[in-house]
Amino acid sequence: MFNFRGRQFLLMLLSAALAQPALAQAPPYSSTYAAPPTAPVLIRNATILTGHGTRLDQAELLIADGRIAAIGHKLDVPPNASIIDAKGRWLTPGILDPHSHLGNGASPHVWAMSDVNEMTNPTTPQVWAEHAVWPQDPGFMFARAGGVTSLLILPGSGNLIGGRGVLLKNVPATTYQEMKFPNAPQVLKMACGENPKRVYGEQKKSPSTLMGNVAGYREAFTKAINYREKQRAWERESKGARPDRDIGLDTLVDVMDGKILVQFHCYRADQMATMLDMAREFNFKIYAFHHAVEAYKIAPLLKASGTCAAMWADWYGFKMEAFDGIRENIAIVDAAGACATLHSDDPVGIQHLNQEAAKAMAAGRRAGLVITPERAIMWLTANPARAVGVYDKVGSLEPGKQADVVLWSRDPFSIYAKADLVFIDGALRHDRNRPRQDSDFSIGTTQQQELPR
Amino acid sequence: MSRPPLRTLLAMAALLLAAPAMAGTIAIVNATIYTADKAGVLTGATLVMRDARIVAVGRNLAVPPGATVIDGTGKMVTPGMFAPLSTLGVTDSEGMTEVNDARSGHKRYSAAIDMADAFNPLSLRIPIARVDGVTRAMLAPVAARGGTSILMGQGAVISLGGGSDWLVKSRAAMFAEFGEHAATLNGTRAGTMLAIREAFEEVRTAGKPANDPNLDSLLSKLDIAALRPVLAGQVPLVVHANRASDIVAAIKLARQFKLRLVISGAAEGWLVARQLAQANVDVIVDPELQLPEEFESLASRSDNAKLLHEAGVMVTLSSSSTASSNARNLRQLAGIAVNGGLDPQAALAAITLNPARLYGVDKQLGSLAAGKVADVVIWDGDPFELSSYPVAVFIDGERMSDTNRQTALRDKYMRMHKLK
Repeated sequence: MFNFRGRQFLLMLLSAALAQPALAQAPPYSSTYAAPPTAPVLIRNATILTGHGTRLDQAELLIADGRIAAIGHKLDVPPNASIIDAKGRWLTPGILDPHSHLGNGASPHVWAMSDVNEMTNPTTPQVWAEHAVWPQDPGFMFARAGGVTSLLILPGSGNLIGGRGVLLKNVPATTYQEMKFPNAPQVLKMACGENPKRVYGEQKKSPSTLMGNVAGYREAFTKAINYREKQRAWERESKGARPDRDIGLDTLVDVMDGKILVQFHCYRADQMATMLDMAREFNFKIYAFHHAVEAYKIAPLLKASGTCAAMWADWYGFKMEAFDGIRENIAIVDAAGACATLHSDDPVGIQHLNQEAAKAMAAGRRAGLVITPERAIMWLTANPARAVGVYDKVGSLEPGKQADVVLWSRDPFSIYAKADLVFIDGALRHDRNRPRQDSDFSIGTTQQQELPR
Repeated sequence: MSRPPLRTLLAMAALLLAAPAMAGTIAIVNATIYTADKAGVLTGATLVMRDARIVAVGRNLAVPPGATVIDGTGKMVTPGMFAPLSTLGVTDSEGMTEVNDARSGHKRYSAAIDMADAFNPLSLRIPIARVDGVTRAMLAPVAARGGTSILMGQGAVISLGGGSDWLVKSRAAMFAEFGEHAATLNGTRAGTMLAIREAFEEVRTAGKPANDPNLDSLLSKLDIAALRPVLAGQVPLVVHANRASDIVAAIKLARQFKLRLVISGAAEGWLVARQLAQANVDVIVDPELQLPEEFESLASRSDNAKLLHEAGVMVTLSSSSTASSNARNLRQLAGIAVNGGLDPQAALAAITLNPARLYGVDKQLGSLAAGKVADVVIWDGDPFELSSYPVAVFIDGERMSDTNRQTALRDKYMRMHKLK
């Protein structure tokens, strides 16, 4: 029972809460991610690959308040810092996978968990991948154990315009909002090539050819231009009824206004060049071509357009547009001065992106290119961060940046390397010696059963 | 161990590779030789091959007069890798029906299918796998999407040597599908089991007077002929099954019909490792699987291969996907298995000798020992390390070319971009 005064106090609290203007509330679908407070951590004696192209030997990194506080040698150490001796071990920025379907194409792979492609219309800019992300996908946990600290979850490639993607911090959570990377730009997934023309061609609908693909993008963006014009005219003149809002066209308008970054699924060199022209027609930038198995053929063009290529190390040949895939793809794109990044697009590949980078590096070296570990680590860190628009926040170990850091048992490009410790915003989220079952789906299953005797 | 600088290695490799395909006697000297056999690892050792065969492996061997000598200083020598579940040469692209002959039929029983009938020794993928050290493969039918045969057909062991004598052993295994995949065709797991039992019973009684001539036959005459050696225990039945209970059901079936059983998949194999060992059942596992991707693999663990091996089960490694295009990644799988705790020599055997044993070709293939076929790979470092590459690949004692379609594309565009 409350006494009068207590009840009054409660009412006061309640009215205060109600009086809070709606403006103070975050917009719907906002990030609620918050890193837990942590004491400073000093990692010393490490071989550090900084992510901006340099390497420091027997060096130190100080993490404080979730940020990189300092990097170098003989740092000032706060008295409350815990100290990790990393002798023989290597330190890198956390891996950012710019192409994943964890959470929306979750494990177990059953119909109920299949939420990647809204294949009911070739253009679906109104859908958002984040609305389908299941944080209990056990894939997140295994990716974390592989050093992945951020990942871009994208809609699939069945549609010409698949919908908005979302960048996540790879932390255990019960809602996707708790994983959503704060203040990251939104992205739009688009797709060229065989997938859309197959999906709709089989239904005797457009697109059924590569011609239909391009017509489809052009029609959609033309509509968006008309829509934007009507909305703006009404905002200027306030004449008559406000034109109907269209949430799909809102997405395309934001793309043309530079607020949403385009991530384009595209394999073939000639097709990528056509997409660059199409983007020029509507005055938007393609931030990255995904899969891009023929990026090596047009590396100078990618350099000129400032478009990244997000690639596998060695997938090839599984369909016609992947027929010319080569293992030197990433190394050639990088050597030609374009932005080269690894991606997984796979719940298993994401667990060992360091090994995939090692294959790409080895192939490049065998072809005569000089590739240092401090260079190759950028394919997993700085370059994907650029491709998704968060290089100011993560992707390299520089003071002030978010402390997404992986301590590897040895050179991360060795097959035998394991992620010993994974920090996300300074909080320890994976410790190889203390594995945790963070996914509800993995709790209480036979995976943790005692060995049968 | 200190390593020579990359440039030196490349120069050495170039010298080696510039040599024409060698015939006659070849001696690799002063190398570290991973025999994948009883001899284990030999350092500072010599391997001599002549006329397609290994004639000697060991330390302190005299180099035969007239032999072509390859300096193996700083090099590792292994047997060629053997892809135990492969579609090399039966598809150049999984996604194009026009060039994909790897899939099983949609009929419930297609036991008579012989994968060797579709093999193309000039497949563009073969030289791509070969430059990375893959020398032999089992052609296995792949479950078709949206329904599959339960008895999928017969596999053949083939050589990646590119010659006309590519067939090593025809009808070397029968492949069957259990678990979630097969249940899509048969309604349930119980339906799958019934369908298999019915087929096997028909083979048992076919041609016998007790057989009721008025009953429709489930199997074609050729299906029956293909299944006879399986029921006689002469040809292994490779059953794809992941869930522990499916594996146990397959063991029971094998006991009932006296089959020689191999389990492929076996994601939950560690849970029933003892039963597998007792029943003398071999497994083909994917060491990458630790994520519970399906309900039938909830108990996937990264130490599956290790636990099975330590229980006495013969372990062979294969990818559960990209079997054709990336057969070359077998050594990465071996490294991943080592990370999961598998002994490195067991991991090497799991991609060389054990697949040869599975399919009954280990008298000729799978390890480096006198008398065996000379499938030999010389590596510039630890073969599991992704920074290492083969500097020479021999099949039947013959030096293979180190070029393929991919190296040609690479060279064309590196020249175009002035990177070469």
